[in-house]
Amino acid sequence: MNDVRYSAPSTLDEASKAMLAANGTGRILAGGTDLLVQMRSGMQKPGVIVDIKKIDEMMDIKDLGGGSFRIGAAVSGAILGEHKALKAAWPGVVEAINLIGSKQIQGRASAGGNLCNASPAADSGPALVAAGAVLSIHGPNGRREIPVEKLHAGPGRTTLAPGEILVSFTLPARPKGSSDAYLRLIPRTEMDIAVVGVGVSLTIAGGKCTAARVGLGAVAPTVLLVEDAAKALIGSSLDEAALEKAAAACRAACKPINDKRGTIEYRTKIAGVLLKRSTAIAIERAKGN
Amino acid sequence: MSTGQGNSGKYKWIGTRVDRPDGADKVTGRARFGADFNMPGQLIGRVLRSPHAHALIKSIDTSAAEKLAGVKAVITAQDLPEQPNVIVPAGEMQVNLRDITRNILAREKVLFEGHPIAAVAATSDAIARQAVELIKVEYEVLPHVIDVAEAMKPDAPVLHDHLITEGVKPPPTKASNIAKRMDNAKGDIEAGWKQAEVTIEREYTTQAVHQGYIEPHACLASAAEDGQVQLWSTTQGHFQVRGFVSRLLGIETSQIRVTPSEIGGGFGGKTVVYLEPIAVRLSQKSGKPVKMVMTREEVFRASGPAPGGTVRVKLGARKDGTIVAAECEIALQAGAFPGSPLGPACWTSFACYDIPNIKVVGFDVVSNRPKVAAYRAPGAPISAWGVESTLDILAQELGMDPIELRLKNAAKKGTKTSYGPTFDTIGFVETLEAIKNSAHYKTPPKPGYARGVAAGFWFNVGADSSAAAHVAEDGTVTVISGNPDIGGSRASLALMAAEELGVDYEKVRPVIADTSSIGFNFVTGGSRVTFATGLAVVNSVRDMIRELKVRAAKTWGVDPDAVVWEDGMAKPAGSNVGEFEPLSLAQLAATAGKTGGPINGHAQLNAQGAGPGFGVHVVDLKVDRDTGCVHIDRYTAAQDVGTAIHPSYVEGQIQGGAVQGIGWALNEEYIYNAKGRLDNAGFLDYRMPVASDLPMIDALVVEVPNPHHPYGVRGVGEVPIVPPLAAVGNAVARSINIRMTDLPLSPPRLSAAIDAATPKMAAE
Amino acid sequence: MAKMHISTTINGEPTEFLCDPSQSLLDVLRDNLGLTGSKEGCGSGDCGACSITLDDRLVCSCLVLAPEAEGKKIETVEGIAQGDQLHPLQKKFVEFAALQCGICTPGFLIASKALLAKNPNPTETEVRFGLAGNLCRCTGYDKIIRAVMEVAAEMRGAAR
Repeated sequence: MNDVRYSAPSTLDEASKAMLAANGTGRILAGGTDLLVQMRSGMQKPGVIVDIKKIDEMMDIKDLGGGSFRIGAAVSGAILGEHKALKAAWPGVVEAINLIGSKQIQGRASAGGNLCNASPAADSGPALVAAGAVLSIHGPNGRREIPVEKLHAGPGRTTLAPGEILVSFTLPARPKGSSDAYLRLIPRTEMDIAVVGVGVSLTIAGGKCTAARVGLGAVAPTVLLVEDAAKALIGSSLDEAALEKAAAACRAACKPINDKRGTIEYRTKIAGVLLKRSTAIAIERAKGN
Repeated sequence: MSTGQGNSGKYKWIGTRVDRPDGADKVTGRARFGADFNMPGQLIGRVLRSPHAHALIKSIDTSAAEKLAGVKAVITAQDLPEQPNVIVPAGEMQVNLRDITRNILAREKVLFEGHPIAAVAATSDAIARQAVELIKVEYEVLPHVIDVAEAMKPDAPVLHDHLITEGVKPPPTKASNIAKRMDNAKGDIEAGWKQAEVTIEREYTTQAVHQGYIEPHACLASAAEDGQVQLWSTTQGHFQVRGFVSRLLGIETSQIRVTPSEIGGGFGGKTVVYLEPIAVRLSQKSGKPVKMVMTREEVFRASGPAPGGTVRVKLGARKDGTIVAAECEIALQAGAFPGSPLGPACWTSFACYDIPNIKVVGFDVVSNRPKVAAYRAPGAPISAWGVESTLDILAQELGMDPIELRLKNAAKKGTKTSYGPTFDTIGFVETLEAIKNSAHYKTPPKPGYARGVAAGFWFNVGADSSAAAHVAEDGTVTVISGNPDIGGSRASLALMAAEELGVDYEKVRPVIADTSSIGFNFVTGGSRVTFATGLAVVNSVRDMIRELKVRAAKTWGVDPDAVVWEDGMAKPAGSNVGEFEPLSLAQLAATAGKTGGPINGHAQLNAQGAGPGFGVHVVDLKVDRDTGCVHIDRYTAAQDVGTAIHPSYVEGQIQGGAVQGIGWALNEEYIYNAKGRLDNAGFLDYRMPVASDLPMIDALVVEVPNPHHPYGVRGVGEVPIVPPLAAVGNAVARSINIRMTDLPLSPPRLSAAIDAATPKMAAE
Repeated sequence: MAKMHISTTINGEPTEFLCDPSQSLLDVLRDNLGLTGSKEGCGSGDCGACSITLDDRLVCSCLVLAPEAEGKKIETVEGIAQGDQLHPLQKKFVEFAALQCGICTPGFLIASKALLAKNPNPTETEVRFGLAGNLCRCTGYDKIIRAVMEVAAEMRGAAR
């Protein structure tokens, strides 16, 4: 029989050691909404389950001022959604994380877990890429930080080394006139995996877009930072022509597959549609900030 | 929200919205469903399933599994006796015994991914799962075929070497995947085409869809050393379970006692057996009780979905809208073994309409998919998708209102169907009128929204039922029947018993008995329980009233003919009126010991005269032209139910059926990959509607009583799933000006159709 | 494998159980503790039939590892009624026929109760999205949504 051990350490060093000692059979348990499904289907047969929710830093939300927040990787979507200041500053990030599954899933699922599961369709990915989130990673050799778009190596694979644990992500400070938005396409209105997801974060000053980032999900093996789309927006007055240019950049960036959730043609088209729609929402929000 | 003739107002109890007798149990978690039964010392059973869509089984080696500590029994098809090639009724469909034993455990071949090959019973679920993995099977993988049109081609891989198409003269000499051809006709179709001024012809497809009950199949079997078998099962028909276990394992029927659990949905999918014979055999072999519960994935891969298929429809009409000729050709997936609901698909196709010349041809086709099972009005939604879509094209072509076109051609009392019977009193016209006069239909759709209309038909079913009524010592009443309560039937049966007996609903306790405690009952299905079992309950109460009158007569020393039963009391009649004080049920019960012993009633019958049901649905929806996503704004479903015994549960059946149909229309489908494996075996990617996908569903209850039932009952459950596919499709067609012919109308498919129809320069 | 000893509070009762480290909380509730009111419809968090609250937070118990329950407060459908008094949601579900087969009902009740605790005055859209994690295949949701809205209105009235 498959002999599983469960541990719930209270420090990152203990957790990291437990993962290293498990020699590749260790699995981090945050919200568990992916891990338990994978265990049940036999896809995952962990030797050690390391529950990191007893580690304070993993469960903490810190307001760093100026719109910057540091968020523990294991904080559940429900708790993020109830954080008023965070929601006001980063509505797109919060709505992306709040789109992960049902209310029941929200009670457990975390942005860190969503990222580390490394699905290209994960909702948190495009929004955090657009936000320019920086990840803090704890490992046997101490701390390191990487931009969120460097986490994924391919479907189901991350760049984390053995014993490394994603601890938190930091959303940067940004000027007045900034906001963000995330939209995904699903066939139903809830309870689906994104066929395409687009996150847009931008700053408007004097009627012009002064900064923008665009994240694109479910159209390539990893979440994409679409720099050409951002370039099309930056410096423009965010008119229809600029939006169409950015949409075209998103379509051009797509390297999707045909699968049960959508076709190559559909995903490519929708990437452009959602870029325009999410940008429009972000513009409205930025104007109000 | 009742409309129509409102005959429910005639009654004291019938037509009232009482609390269901099992309500408290079901809101507190006390009610016991299939997986909630346990026995001391029970083992857990698990099934090894085929990873291949089509393969020969060269060998099965169970030795390693048998040696694993904790494993108490392992079985393969060799542990079940071979069965003859004979067809027997199974739930709402027919099955071949030789096939069904192979469906339960594969013999020579595996015919679909998920096909059971072997089963184990072990002291824990974990050990059982591990044991399953230790069974070694050697396969010779064969080419497979999934699609129904592909399976019909002459060079398709053939599933069954012995399968010669039935219904073709002369019979073919070569085996194929076409199990059966079925023909029915009325009038002279060629003469009909000559009269037609407008002719429309289209071909449609639908995909396999699952019933989607939330409770997976589950059972608990205990076979004793003396040969007696106890079985708890979640099923729509515990008598059918008993029958199949008896036939498939060679156990005398009376030795098997099946107790139905509460059932967590079925919709036709729990009228056949999968686990029960395996669990009983494992229990026999191990000498221990064996519990088996399917995972959701197993439910999707290996229990019966409804078929997908192709439907070609041709309609001919005069310019005034009179339909003069109608033709339909239907090919349905049967799954791995013959036996799709082809008959009902063919017979219901034009049943809503009085058309002089009709020709219907159907084909039952096997392919490497799980064997299909009944699903709510089996087959009817598929042919209605084709017929009701084509009618909508005809209405557009003629510039007619779609309700008016249907009213012009509506079947009425005296209309002869293409499949034989002539309708008695039916309520299709009344149902169309209910929609025509509804607030919904009288209000135009919101800007940006489009409206679709479609109709549907189901025969409704009678068949075998038994019931008993017992008076307790205090004058309260127990009504015993033998159909699992899948959606509130306890309440309807108790209401009819209370009405008949003239006592309060609260004084009547309905009980669902096991197979050894009541006579035979056919399955809960086909919308038959409130009609047929209701009739048995009414008759059992009448039998009891007869006895109550005898007892009153004895008490008074008069002839039983001089006693009447009124308002729950025996009263003197004729020349004795005023001579004696009426005797209540409680008084008669109190003296029963002196007047002849316990007072009970019994009834058993084969219910004839099921009243057909008709539904008409109207939907307003919007298609997002950029994404292909559909938003439903408003939905109204009208249906002739005969009499609404419990209006809330009648509405609930209509609403639930409509939403299943909406799911079928929009997103539900079985998706197979190139290897013939199901790619979406879970609730995540098999997309049933969630609450946020839907508006309220307005149910308009039309009541045209069935003349063949004492309270006018027709049955409700099947009809509402028939119209939605085309109602949604017709609204989509009117929204985007493109006639979609292939279901589901999922966002990628709608988006592709919109793009294909949009001039290139406009798109870019 | 070594069993773990877990101490929790379930429906107000201090409860201890032994579990395998990889067992789901749903399996423990059903198989170890006999609390079979929570149902398994999918085992993957897609149907909501196993909904419970864990420290007042709505979750799918099939996606909680049993050892995670240590020191936590759990509420299941068995704890909604108080003594012989049904909760208003339970009463209204029966009165409105908001259940047909009843298998999804425990999950809907727990989810509805959690929804109303957070939002006593929900719109129809909020109720529909709030309950989107609970599948019902029988009712088409109509009567469930109506029952929840009605209870919300009654509870607001009573609170006034």
